[in-house]
Amino acid sequence: MFGAAAVGQSRWCLSQVKGAIDDDVAEADIISAVEFSHSGELLATGDRGGRIVIFQQEQESKNLPQGRAEYNVYSTFQSHEPEFDYLKSLEIEEKINKIRWLPQKNAAHFLLSTNDKTVKLWKISERDKRPEGYNLKEEDGRYRHPSSLTTLRVPVFQPMDLMVEASPRRVYANAHTYHINSISVNSDNETYLSADDLRINLWHLDFTDRSFNIVDIKPANMEELTEVITASEFHPLQCNTFVYGSSKGSVRLCDMRASALCDQHSKLFEEPEDPSTRSFFSEIISSISDVKFSHSGRYMMTRDYLTLKIWDLHMESRPVETYQVHGYLRSKLCSLYENDCIFDKFECCWRGDDSEVMTGSYNNFFRMFDRDAQRDVTLEASWENGSPGCSLKTWRVCAGSRRKRSEIGVDCLDFSRKILYTSWHPQDSIVALATVNNLYIFQEKPN
Amino acid sequence: SCSCTVVSKQPLASKMAGADSDDSLYPIAVLIDELRNEDVQLRLNSIKKLSTIALALGVERTRTELLPFLTDTIYDEDEVLLALAEQLGNFTMLVGGPEYVHCLLPPLESLATVEETVVRDKAVESLRKISHEHSPVDLEVHFEPLVKRLASGDWFTSRTSACGLFSVCYPRVSSTVKAEIRQHFRTLCSDDTPMVRRAAASKLGEFAKVLELEYVKSDIISLFTALASDEQDSVRLLAVEAGVSIATLLPQEDLEALVMPTLRQAAEDKSWRVRYMVADKFSDLQKAVGPEITKNDLVPAFQNLLKDCEAEVRAAAANKVKEFCENLPEDSRETIIMTHILPCVKELVSDTNQHVKSALASVIMGLSTILGKDNTIEHLLPLFLAQLKDECPEVRLNIISNLDCVNEVIGIRQLSQSLLPAIVELAEDAKWRVRLAIIEYMPLLAGQLGVEFFDEKLNSLCMAWLVDHVYAIREAATCNLMKLVEKFGAEWAQNTIVPKVLGMANDPNYLHRMTTLFCINALSEVCGQEITTKHMLPVVFKMSNDQVANVRFNVAKSLQKIGPVLDSNCLQTEVKPVLEKLASDQDMDVKYFAQEAISVLSLA
Repeated sequence: MFGAAAVGQSRWCLSQVKGAIDDDVAEADIISAVEFSHSGELLATGDRGGRIVIFQQEQESKNLPQGRAEYNVYSTFQSHEPEFDYLKSLEIEEKINKIRWLPQKNAAHFLLSTNDKTVKLWKISERDKRPEGYNLKEEDGRYRHPSSLTTLRVPVFQPMDLMVEASPRRVYANAHTYHINSISVNSDNETYLSADDLRINLWHLDFTDRSFNIVDIKPANMEELTEVITASEFHPLQCNTFVYGSSKGSVRLCDMRASALCDQHSKLFEEPEDPSTRSFFSEIISSISDVKFSHSGRYMMTRDYLTLKIWDLHMESRPVETYQVHGYLRSKLCSLYENDCIFDKFECCWRGDDSEVMTGSYNNFFRMFDRDAQRDVTLEASWENGSPGCSLKTWRVCAGSRRKRSEIGVDCLDFSRKILYTSWHPQDSIVALATVNNLYIFQEKPN
Repeated sequence: SCSCTVVSKQPLASKMAGADSDDSLYPIAVLIDELRNEDVQLRLNSIKKLSTIALALGVERTRTELLPFLTDTIYDEDEVLLALAEQLGNFTMLVGGPEYVHCLLPPLESLATVEETVVRDKAVESLRKISHEHSPVDLEVHFEPLVKRLASGDWFTSRTSACGLFSVCYPRVSSTVKAEIRQHFRTLCSDDTPMVRRAAASKLGEFAKVLELEYVKSDIISLFTALASDEQDSVRLLAVEAGVSIATLLPQEDLEALVMPTLRQAAEDKSWRVRYMVADKFSDLQKAVGPEITKNDLVPAFQNLLKDCEAEVRAAAANKVKEFCENLPEDSRETIIMTHILPCVKELVSDTNQHVKSALASVIMGLSTILGKDNTIEHLLPLFLAQLKDECPEVRLNIISNLDCVNEVIGIRQLSQSLLPAIVELAEDAKWRVRLAIIEYMPLLAGQLGVEFFDEKLNSLCMAWLVDHVYAIREAATCNLMKLVEKFGAEWAQNTIVPKVLGMANDPNYLHRMTTLFCINALSEVCGQEITTKHMLPVVFKMSNDQVANVRFNVAKSLQKIGPVLDSNCLQTEVKPVLEKLASDQDMDVKYFAQEAISVLSLA
């Protein structure tokens, strides 16, 4: 096998790094969402400044299987602005929490973006013609005297340089009391859900003035609150099925056919706690930070602080696969609690054919797990070692002090450099992930 | 920038005659230029006057220059595109009549592919409209190929639009083309995207209507069966409506084999949204399948819907109770209602969900007409009374709003004993909207109960609303008094309500004093000149010395209002001096309204 045979080398190589390479990073530039479109042709990132940047795959690199995955800026726009809720005296940050692409319906592309409170539908479209010819003025705006008007002139569309426009199409506001953590488009292509800490709402894409509450876990008395919703997603094929994960580490699957309000789940995926590892941090680290269905719809992956679990939808009692993302941190939970890292919400994603999964870690490491071969790698997102096209070396984190070149000690990990947001190209061997303010695109060399 | 829209008042003919005169071209030139103005309102304005532009350009230039421009104008805002799609539906004469109507197809085709549903729907509507203006030959040469292009388009927006166009072409094309159209429709019914399957399902009924019966039986039934078992709930629920349309087309003997199995399955669908749709369309369904199937199939199905585990479904079914019972075959109507429907209805009266109870309350009174006096008293009355005592005000209100139909059957006395406490309770409900709704029913109730009963039980309520702390209630109460006087007459007014209203003029609260004025405004006309002059006017005059300016300027307004009821002598000798005094008031508003009253009453 190419590449993988060599010790310490992976088949993955750096393709591109986007964003300024600078130690001094503005808060607004920190990336907070990364998402490939359904065809993989576009890649969107959102940041804490409320901006969305869309990259487009270069046509030539798309057609050449050997070519590099080359993405260039296609459109940049301000999706959300900072707001102030005067009634509650609350600042509403502009930070983009999630981006979800809609299946393509015509030549334009559509995406949903959300901050803590408001979901927006954006249209990204191209224009390559513009009308020319006025009756009462010149093209440059100078007025023509009406007396020179002897015949009417109808404007004509003429070719122009390609222009990409992003226009807001819908604003779905005022439906969430708490912070929105997830949005997910239904396979019926006309509805989507938005989830906050205590409620999940169902929207029709065409209507902004109403949404339906489908889950409400708010207790009558907030003192009794023990669990919050942390992530939610629709099944990729079954329009009636969605799941939501909770801060207690359980995932509930609901069937919208059964009733209008899905307070009664139809399945509860939960692994019994291992009493031997029980500690003060047990509940915090079991909180679900992301849940993603496989493309096939058969499996579901959940990410908690230390592990990645894959569940067969037919078996609720335990996951079919459990992967340790950074088990070596178990002994460091106390300090991770003190520096708040323990509350980091790592996302996870599936490869297009569901054969591998990926999630992020600290020190700009990210982990890939090959499900069939039961192999895993730790790779580093770094622009320093390796020019584009070079294989990435694989890392090992060890506890001891004596180590080889490809090893690093737990104590040497940099916890301020973390990879929370990852996305896998839906078809190709291309992944995108965000370090603080940089977007990294990696590509796998073909066999 | 110069962006004013100039609209010529000249007749268009003169404009066109003087083609080399800049004067007549100017307004049109402005309209054309504003088609691409940056201000969307101006673009919209120009699009709405597209016929003016086309008329000035003439049919030839409209076809060769204006339409190509419009075909490319698909980047615009939705509202502009929507207006354009609508305009093009009425453009046939402007492009040269039916002979050239096909020139309108390209712009409408591009509008039929935009992402905004309302625009697409409007484009399809216009396409359907102009399809009738195509000659049979043009329909096959121009229109049908457009439908095919849309149907096989890459994007689902174009394919969804195609679904709405088949039924208008089909009746007017050759049998070969008909076969192609049927094939295209079949393909769209099994499209990959649910959007297209939904569009196809929603047009299945209307397409079936234009098909020959043999194809309804062969093609449509299999498409209907497939769509009704689609994996997407949203597709299956649309198939229900199609099923109703198809059932109306088939002879009775085919219904059982071809449609009923699918409809039965829909009524028991796993998804509540599909069952909801069945409940919602139940009356249409009942009419479509006829009395026999209704008795055998629909009665048990309806019972199940009334007992459904999802409240939304029960509410939808409850809404249909009256209509369903009304449309039952006469020979077995009463038996079916008494043995099958009423037991379910009884359970719904104590449903856990208030929307269900409220839906039932809005129709349940209608059953009394169907069942007659004895059954109503024995079986329905206890249910009405239970609903009147329901904890949810909406339920009680729905009962009260429908009292008239029970009145016809059993007379209001039967109900009044239990009715009254419920009304009093609603009249004092903490929600002002509930109180408002009750006030609106007061004249109706008064008419039903008669003056004696009203004076005894309800009059004090009506007076209490006049001092409600919510303005909307006080206002409605004022209006209510006027309607009561219309019913019971001026003499009744003078004896019962006028003294109470005038008494409030001495209330320490200025809001209540103003209510007196508002009541006088409302009552003067119905009470007539005598009562107004004798009883009301002195009170108004007295209030012109009120210490609160708001009261004083309302006196001015009241005098203006009741002026027309008074005789001219009284106006000159009594009203005028008071208004003149108010016109020199130190308060600006009082002055203003006094002067206004003087000029309106021509007292200057």
